[in-house]
Amino acid sequence: MIWVDTLVQGILLGGLYALFAAGLSLVFGIMRVVNLAHGDLIVMAAYLILVLVTALNLSPFVALLLAAPLMFGVGWLLQQMVLNRTVGADVLPPLLVTFGLSVVIQNALLEGFNADSRRIPAGSLEIASFSVGPVTIGVMPALTFATAILVTLALQLIFYRTALGRAFRATSDDPDTASLMGIRPGNIFAVATGLGMVVAAIAALYLGMRANFDPTIGPARLIYAFEAVIIGGMGSLWGTLIGGIVIGVAQTMGAAINPEWQILSGHLAFLVILLVRPRGLFPAGGR
Amino acid sequence: MSTLLETSGLTAFYGDFQALYGVDMTLAEGETLAVIGANGAGKSTLMRSIAGSVRQAPGMIRLNGAPIGHLSADRVNGAGITLVPEGRRLFPSLSVEENLLIGGWRSDRAGPWTLEEVFGLFPVLKERRANPALALSGGQQQMVAIGRALMSNPKVLLCDEISLGLAPVVIRDIYAAVPSILERGASLIIVEQNIEQALGIADRVYCLMEGRVTLEGRPGEISRAAMHDAYFGVQA
Repeated sequence: MIWVDTLVQGILLGGLYALFAAGLSLVFGIMRVVNLAHGDLIVMAAYLILVLVTALNLSPFVALLLAAPLMFGVGWLLQQMVLNRTVGADVLPPLLVTFGLSVVIQNALLEGFNADSRRIPAGSLEIASFSVGPVTIGVMPALTFATAILVTLALQLIFYRTALGRAFRATSDDPDTASLMGIRPGNIFAVATGLGMVVAAIAALYLGMRANFDPTIGPARLIYAFEAVIIGGMGSLWGTLIGGIVIGVAQTMGAAINPEWQILSGHLAFLVILLVRPRGLFPAGGR
Repeated sequence: MSTLLETSGLTAFYGDFQALYGVDMTLAEGETLAVIGANGAGKSTLMRSIAGSVRQAPGMIRLNGAPIGHLSADRVNGAGITLVPEGRRLFPSLSVEENLLIGGWRSDRAGPWTLEEVFGLFPVLKERRANPALALSGGQQQMVAIGRALMSNPKVLLCDEISLGLAPVVIRDIYAAVPSILERGASLIIVEQNIEQALGIADRVYCLMEGRVTLEGRPGEISRAAMHDAYFGVQA
């Protein structure tokens, strides 16, 4: 029975990793660019929410409603002012620039908030739980998982059911021809990165309410997100959700055997899947 | 007839390679121009320059007298010039209908052409609207490419090699759409390797060779020998 519990906790943990990864997956699906600062941008959004919660005495969820449009603006400006200059046939410039951005954000956060661990206070929600048969489920992990599904569903709808989504896909297929049709690829990329940052703000809310964070934890979160995207198959949104769950389950299973193995077993699961299915479980095209 | 589009001294470079050496061309309102020439004569470069894919000095291209040579492709589209690119270049991950809708992306380009009007022009596309664009035959894909361009209600429609690789009967079907396109207010520039096809439909013909205009005139007034000289650059 303990295994059922472990499995359920793992799946729910996977929801958090899927949230880390969804924005990354969206941006990669449209621009074929990996944003190495994604983890740090999530941490930055967590500080933003923390500031709003403490300064305005808001509930974290209300603070998210303020932080999300702000983060959209951050993503939009970042893409227009910086990243659009790096997008092109060569994949190296965006990697180098976002790597540098990662260092800059970490140091700016360290400068502004010092190195202490922080947490977004969520009141009684932090410890609330309910029972389903033999399994006790925390309200917070359940909420995280439900949010991950909703975010994936919403992105999927935007991608395949709206004019904006059509423009995303057309620009991803062929930016030159898209511009001949009146689309400005740089603007489409800016909206995509803005949307990715809205998802990052949602991820930041749960990251900050569930665990302590400090300015340096971004890159470790990026690795989980990156692994989730690759396991799922690059460019597939549902695949990214499954990828997050695979890592979550592997980690809790590993931890159940020996707590020292938690992180390691997540990475091992990633390597095994990379060996068996080098293009991931649901490579783009299989939607 | 007033001049709609004009290029003057249009040059184009790919790195050190010069593709166009001062092309002067005019297109009047309601007119159909054919641009012919051998492979590498600069026809596609000329089309891509006008469409904004290859940027130019502002005054080299004018639309209704306003300089547009410096505009990016999306702005040129917004100004009313749309290219049907060589090789069709449909969006593989979009359906037939979605490809057409992308052509109408800019809300400032509303006009006579709508999804229903395009389906009226090419009824087969309506039957196959939900199919992936690349699942269609070559001729049907070309119809999608033309329909997609029409969705932006262009004042000037540029068609680059729209008959390339298609069977004669299919080419006839596609060219049968030209009168409807002109009727709804577009002017045409058609790049063709198929000279008979080009001469049959055009009001005027420009022949390009090695990046220069070697001949310009009305189809009925050009002798075969002059055409041959302009095309190949040798005496017949």
